[in-house]
Amino acid sequence: MKAAPFDYVRVSSLDELGELAAAYGDDAQVIAGGQSLVPAMAMRMARPKLLLDLCDLPGLADIRLTPEGLEIGAMVRYFELAASPLVAAHAPLVSAAVPLIAHEAIRSRGTLGGNLAHADPASEMPAVMLALGAVITIAGSNGARRIPAAEFFIGTYETALRPGEIITAITLPAAPVGRRGAIDEVVRRSGDYAAVGAAFAIDLEGETVAGARLAFFAVCERAVLAEKAAAALCGQRLGHVDPAPVLDALAEEITPVADLHNRAETKRHLMKVLAGRLLQRLLSGEKSTHG
Amino acid sequence: MDSLFPVTLTLNGVTATHEVSQRTTLADFLRQTVGLTATHIGCEHGVCGACTVFVDGRIARACLMFAIQAEGRDIRTLEGFAGDRRMEVLQRHFHERNALQCGFCTSGMLATAHQLLEGSPDPSREEVRESLSGNFCRCTGYHAIVDATLDAAAELNAAAVATGGEAAC
Ligand SMILES: Cc1cc2nc3c(=O)[nH]c(=O)nc-3n(C[C@H](O)[C@H](O)[C@H](O)COP(=O)(O)OP(=O)(O)OC[C@H]3O[C@@H](n4cnc5c(N)ncnc54)[C@H](O)[C@@H]3O)c2cc1C
Ligand code: FES
Ligand code: FES
Repeated sequence: MKAAPFDYVRVSSLDELGELAAAYGDDAQVIAGGQSLVPAMAMRMARPKLLLDLCDLPGLADIRLTPEGLEIGAMVRYFELAASPLVAAHAPLVSAAVPLIAHEAIRSRGTLGGNLAHADPASEMPAVMLALGAVITIAGSNGARRIPAAEFFIGTYETALRPGEIITAITLPAAPVGRRGAIDEVVRRSGDYAAVGAAFAIDLEGETVAGARLAFFAVCERAVLAEKAAAALCGQRLGHVDPAPVLDALAEEITPVADLHNRAETKRHLMKVLAGRLLQRLLSGEKSTHG
Repeated sequence: MDSLFPVTLTLNGVTATHEVSQRTTLADFLRQTVGLTATHIGCEHGVCGACTVFVDGRIARACLMFAIQAEGRDIRTLEGFAGDRRMEVLQRHFHERNALQCGFCTSGMLATAHQLLEGSPDPSREEVRESLSGNFCRCTGYHAIVDATLDAAAELNAAAVATGGEAAC
């Protein structure tokens, strides 16, 4: 299993990236952590003629607070996310999601930008981005644009990225004070892709649910927000949550799609079990788990 | 025949320039170009952990990196741990606990256990299992490997307490 031949350039500016991407068209592909692309190349499912390595592109590896929220550079690697006090303080749901992804050796290299661009429907981070209302900054030859995560994920391995564009950063808007978040997944073996997963961010005002973003992954062709289920949760009170209307709405609005290992029926069942578990964890009592 | 390109990297403490084709993985480079065969190659797509090496001080899959990406990086393979106390203790306990049969997975297991004990010197059994869950062993079974890692942690901790005590006197 060896990759087909290719040329390799470590790009040093967005202009250089743009020129090479334009010259090679579909034959050029960017590489970040390589933890999805290199296996795909080994299996010849990807055969780029030119690899554009983003590792030297300035400014892509920073984590900082901006007036818009917490900004995470596209080349920030998973282990850096897990170790970052800024992420722990401002986006604890992201810190909580990292250990669910693959294994330590893969988390040394894999990047947040590469993960989102890859858009695996079973991946944790796209759902976390939906739950936190992330905004994705994209750069291309026509300049930069910013789009909400909810418009970024289109289908399996399919995103709103246009040819020659890259993700440069991800912004997580500041969370309200009453934010609680949690992520959980059903998995056959630690580190595997999930059979079904969910990432919830719930905003309380006093004891009342004022807002909820309930994201699911590994249920259909992309990470999705269950908006009707969220609406059924809003207005409910801490310690007195009735999960039934939330789970009914969920079953109605999300139609799971089978994958290699699980039938759609199994996923439908697991989705409800997970949602019930997370509601219990987040809203049964006083103990607050921020996210 | 692919064209060759120079790559300059630090390998087990020595900085040198080598010629590689761009599609050569770091794992193939280590074994075939440099002749360092402690790094094993199993699945070639990141799943088995046999090829685990250290890149800039952290474990990574050598099959999921092209050697050319290692330009300017610090690579350490098991050969580079000769004389490293934590690695020697781990190796000895792997031996004592029969934590290997064919040895194919062993370098990856040792590298992973080494990083675990660096960050978490006194791990629970559950933590050890979690940390080694990305490394496949196809013959020994995992219990002996987990036992050996826990024994190594205990010995390293006992030594640390002993030297800590002496230093305080
Ligand atoms: C054994 C194993 C288990 C795994 N388990 C999980 C898991 O449980 N959950 C999970 O989420 N992932 C898992 N992964 C995948 C891993 O998370 C990858 O790191 C991630 O999917 C891709 O990130 P990367 O930085 O490695 O990107 P790369 O592999 O470098 O790139 C992936 C794709 O994104 C494109 N790309 C990269 N960066 C950008 C950018 N900034 N802008 C635009 N396009 C870009 C590339 O061209 C390529 O098409 C696993 C991988 C392995 C090998
Ligand atoms: S050979 Fe690299 S992980 Fe299996
Ligand atoms: S000892 Fe043979 S694979 Fe682990």
